[in-house]
Amino acid sequence: MTSKPNTSAQTPLLEVRNLQTGFKIDKQYYNAVEGVSFTVDRKQIVGIVGESGCGKSVMSLSIMHLLPKGIGKVRGGEILFEGADIVGYNEKKMNNIRGKDISMIFQEPMTSLNPVFTIGYQISEVLLNHQNISKNEARSKAVTLLKNVGIPRAESIVDEYPHQLSGGMRQRVMIAMAIACQPKLLIADEPTTALDVTVQAQILDLLKNIQEVNEMSIMLITHDLGVVAEICDVVLVMYAGKIVERATVEDLFEKPQHPYTQLLMEAIPKMEEEKERLATIEGLVPSVKDMPEVGCRFANRCPKAMPECMQITPRLEDTKGGHEVACLLYEESWPKERVGAR
Amino acid sequence: MTTKELTEQGNTQKERENLLEVKNLKTYYPIHGGFFKRVVGNVKAVDDISFTIKKGETMGLVGESGCGKSTTGRTILRLIKPTGGQIIFDGEDITRISGTKLRKARQDFQMVFQDPYASLNPMQMVGDIISEPIKNFERRDKKELVEYVKSLLVRVGLPEAAYYKYAHEFSGGQRQRIGIARALALNPKLIIADEPVSALDVSVQSQVLNLLKDLQEEFGLTYLFIAHDLSVVKHMSDTIGVMYLGNLVEVASNKDLYSEPLHPYTQALISAIPEPDPKLRKERIVLQGDVPSPANPPTGCPFHTRCPMAQEICSQEKPPLKEVRPGHHVACVLY
Repeated sequence: MTSKPNTSAQTPLLEVRNLQTGFKIDKQYYNAVEGVSFTVDRKQIVGIVGESGCGKSVMSLSIMHLLPKGIGKVRGGEILFEGADIVGYNEKKMNNIRGKDISMIFQEPMTSLNPVFTIGYQISEVLLNHQNISKNEARSKAVTLLKNVGIPRAESIVDEYPHQLSGGMRQRVMIAMAIACQPKLLIADEPTTALDVTVQAQILDLLKNIQEVNEMSIMLITHDLGVVAEICDVVLVMYAGKIVERATVEDLFEKPQHPYTQLLMEAIPKMEEEKERLATIEGLVPSVKDMPEVGCRFANRCPKAMPECMQITPRLEDTKGGHEVACLLYEESWPKERVGAR
Repeated sequence: MTTKELTEQGNTQKERENLLEVKNLKTYYPIHGGFFKRVVGNVKAVDDISFTIKKGETMGLVGESGCGKSTTGRTILRLIKPTGGQIIFDGEDITRISGTKLRKARQDFQMVFQDPYASLNPMQMVGDIISEPIKNFERRDKKELVEYVKSLLVRVGLPEAAYYKYAHEFSGGQRQRIGIARALALNPKLIIADEPVSALDVSVQSQVLNLLKDLQEEFGLTYLFIAHDLSVVKHMSDTIGVMYLGNLVEVASNKDLYSEPLHPYTQALISAIPEPDPKLRKERIVLQGDVPSPANPPTGCPFHTRCPMAQEICSQEKPPLKEVRPGHHVACVLY
């Protein structure tokens, strides 16, 4: 697979192929992300859902080259951004991309801003790094950005420090920083998890507006299926470092196919339903150290598991009309040589 | 408090049904400042709230962070000293008791904490964590105690062998089960669960919620269930109280609150929840701004600064909580 830089409209904005990211534990690498492939198209909002430890954040850190040095490492696969493989990029090359073409907002608006610099300084920093403008221009741009993300009194807040703002406002500042250079891709890692519901609603609205105005793509990482249903176009469901299902948001919620997705949806209490008991998923995610080599990783907790599930690794395949699932309940997921044998 | 004895008598007779009665409860945190660290103001964390919980029922308290829901729970447990009002537990006024009396009373109400990582002692064996409350109150034969704790562990869905392990060996959901077992150890009447599932994943969250429901049935427990997640509170509670800035703005039965929310804040809160169904992408009421600081609350109705239906009177008078429909209380001038 050669990867020539190609910026035509046909190439997807981001294509991840067979990504494997490992962490070193006791001098040995264990893969937290195991062979994940997906694409993010232009102007698309892709949601990545999964429970804690499923590898969704590790994946985004791999794309941004932000894995902890010496511990985490991309061990295989390709990350094609506008057709160019960025896995091998050095720090200097990445600095040109980060903040300019791809930027990221994090879960904790409290800890991801620097407490000793003013908000204006932190936003200007991004602009000065990537654009050839003067400090004064950067400052006035920062004020405009703050206004765009709905911060009142932007002229005075630009000189304030992060601790003077509430959580929702800090997340708005983070968003202003992230969109300062009009990136093509915004990676939002649990952007609303630390916020209250009414503030979450504001931030989701804001993200959606900016996405439409700036025509950017968003990769939204979350554990909240409600948030996914609200703003995403396409959803990937991850379990134990692998994608188990991928579909458009309508298809996924209408007809979830993977048993894990089905259980996940039944496990959330819903507002309009009266239910005495919620669905549960028994057992635990296997730890990264004793992940089964072959077979489906969900098999030990799956109520529909068959003996084959322990021996055959299901492939993520299209079952119908773009709805992909990795489960042996669907013939397409069986290895090619076994499809006829069933 | 002069009315104390009167209410005590009154309660034992006519309100035996109510397990917990909170009357005009106030909890203020002083703000110290100036040269001599004088009290220069108060954070009105809980500002005059009243509600009752009937035996065997679950009362849910919802609200955004900083609205005083946790302070309410902790004040009821007398972990924080109330500034004013009354807490009547099982017919007895516990607002002012102290010392041995308070210690004794605390057997009947226990707490499940939010953070299962911080609320268990990492140096203690799980068995010791659970038996500690029992050792505080009763002298029991050691063997019998071990058996009892093991049976509790099994009851909350953990293996007996968990007795000899330490908290770090368990996952978040399992730790929360240990916390629940500890709360159950003394056979309490009331359990205050402060955000018991907010640190857990959805699949584990549903396990813990189911467990809490089962235990309630089995032991006839009464819950005060505090959470910020409305759908979780709705699933668990019989009655729900909505808090905003230290005030209860609406109290109603589970069904009424969701089918017919009356207070503009409740309406906004319900409409802000992202529903896990893309077909329901609805026009929401998006509230502007943030919750004002409880150290400097707005005059009048606490919500009027963000309320889409605010009128002039809202900034002047604080509306009292009144019953506008049977069993449905709301504090808003619209009703």
